Amino acid sequence: MQPVTTIHSRTIVLATRDIDTDQIIPARYLTSTERQGFGKALFHDLRYDKNGDVIADFPLNKPEAAGCEVLVAGNNFGCGSSREHAPWAMLDYGIRAVISTEIADIFRNNALKNGLIPIVVDTDTHAWLLEHPGVEVDIDVRAAKLTITGDREVHFQIDAFARFCLVEGIDQLGFLQKQLEAIQIFEEKRSWKP
Amino acid sequence: MKMRGLTLFEKVWNDHIVAGETPATPAVLYVDLHLIHEVTTPQAFALLHERGLPVRRPDLTLATMDHSTPTTPVFSFKDLAVVGESAARQIAQMEKNCKDFGIELLGFESEARGIVHVIGPELGATQPGKTIVCGDSHTSTHGAFGALAFGIGTTEVGHVLATQCLLQRKPRTLSIEVTGQLAEGVCAKDLILAIIGQIGVDGGTGHVLEFRGPAISSMGMEARMTICNMSIEAGARAGMVAPDDTTFEYLHDRPRSPKGSEWDRAVARWRELVSDPEARFDRSVSIDAQSLEPMVTFGTNPGMVVGVNSPVPADDVADPSFRKALEYMRVEPGKPLSANQVDVVFVGSCTNSRLSDLQQAADVLKGHKVAAGVRMLVVPGSVQVKKAAESIGLDRIFIEAGAEWREPGCSMCLGMNGDIVGNGQLCVSTSNRNFEGRQGIGARTILASPMTAAASAVRGRVADPRTIE
Ligand code: SF4
Repeated sequence: MQPVTTIHSRTIVLATRDIDTDQIIPARYLTSTERQGFGKALFHDLRYDKNGDVIADFPLNKPEAAGCEVLVAGNNFGCGSSREHAPWAMLDYGIRAVISTEIADIFRNNALKNGLIPIVVDTDTHAWLLEHPGVEVDIDVRAAKLTITGDREVHFQIDAFARFCLVEGIDQLGFLQKQLEAIQIFEEKRSWKP
Repeated sequence: MKMRGLTLFEKVWNDHIVAGETPATPAVLYVDLHLIHEVTTPQAFALLHERGLPVRRPDLTLATMDHSTPTTPVFSFKDLAVVGESAARQIAQMEKNCKDFGIELLGFESEARGIVHVIGPELGATQPGKTIVCGDSHTSTHGAFGALAFGIGTTEVGHVLATQCLLQRKPRTLSIEVTGQLAEGVCAKDLILAIIGQIGVDGGTGHVLEFRGPAISSMGMEARMTICNMSIEAGARAGMVAPDDTTFEYLHDRPRSPKGSEWDRAVARWRELVSDPEARFDRSVSIDAQSLEPMVTFGTNPGMVVGVNSPVPADDVADPSFRKALEYMRVEPGKPLSANQVDVVFVGSCTNSRLSDLQQAADVLKGHKVAAGVRMLVVPGSVQVKKAAESIGLDRIFIEAGAEWREPGCSMCLGMNGDIVGNGQLCVSTSNRNFEGRQGIGARTILASPMTAAASAVRGRVADPRTIE
């Protein structure tokens, strides 16, 4: 995995609460057996209408959204299914961080394992970001710090281990494989066997 | 020194720690049962291939195909027409991966095939005290047996395939005490919808729920599965119910449950799996079962619920997300849902496709017809459920009423296999998610119990099952 240390971008705002994984990527696009290519389906049914035409006023479709890597979303982003296709689609599209007041557990886990940074901020900061789409933000993963328009600094929580893996570009499977001896001992010593 | 009491969750968690959690590193948690299906595994197997890794414990891995599989009745599974080339490729890939890595696949020809969360318990593979994971959020279902069961992403599926372990931070605990008993015509689905309505779709985030109290103890296993199944809809990591005699009776003599003296030893161990009286939960809430009526959703998440006879609430209309949901659903605040014409009724999914669910729907439907203009689809959760239902004539009741009786699978729950709700159509569904577009582009989903779904099929409008004679 490529290390992820800093992100500098303008924001796109999707103010809706409870954006679920079916909205992030509808199930009918999950039949691919690859990891790449899901960006086309990102927010598909919000980006395109029934006839497949672009919905011009959807935030991702606006000209100013081009090149933005940070999404600010309503509370409880990524709820619903465990599909890792959701962060894959976001990354494939070019979104590298998501900011909200709450991010669903499984989505957050999946995001971190793929280098998409989930950032939970306080409600005041969030409300301000929702009201000011397109502002410049800087994310420093190592310092767990979000800087808004160059001057307002907000610290966010990020699991120490996940952060270490992100900034070093280490994948977690490697860490688990180093535990194989302990796993074997655990299997042998258990009082019951599954 | 007296030890502080432990919760059910903590007992199961502690029993599976290979390496403890530190501030710098998460715990290494051992997995006793890894369930896999065709949609969330291909990329995980690809990773193993890339790195030349074997599956560490194929014997603790169980595979089936359910999400993109067709449900149209045929004489031989060989004739099944899979919708779409890429779905067919995904299914073929699953067969190949299981063969390459030596994993048992309960495939098309298997009598044990079905929705992954229906067959695990049915086979007796789901047992108290186990850690169970699957690349599927409704893995929480298995918590009904006192297992710690939760959904994981595809990267984690790869971790478990390769090491049989997961890296996890310990979740917090939330006790949900259900007092009193459910009234006639009100069931587990209504209760869990009411709970989600009360705590919210993010009310359980970061927590493992334990459902407790008299209403839970007196429930059968299938009802408990319905409850735990939807824990994820409250954002919870998992849901659990302490195992008891009802659990043991259900598991006794299942194909994969322990036998003979092993059974006795297992039950003795399982009996310890209750929260100690002095155990402390991080949070607690309680809900009264007695006063509940059948519940239905009116919006686009499972927390937007209301009693079947109550009007759509108007209190949140200032909130744009709330208004957007109502606009999508084409329902009006202050008006009852029965004002809307129903187009489709779906009875199925890992929430409500077991024998008792089908029985409850059939009991309401018996002697009635599905209303003109309504399409009703009944999809049993597994081959075994289908057979059991047919042996007591439930299929006849459905077919005679004008419903379609299908082969098992996820079907219209997520519309991946071609079973979809048409654009703009209103569907009363026994599944678990009413998200925008979940059942098809523009599909408007109302979540309900099997009884409410059947009653709505009869009336052609959202209806209270207690009003059908
Ligand atoms: S029935 Fe629906 S919720 Fe359950 S496993 Fe299948 S798709 Fe997921």
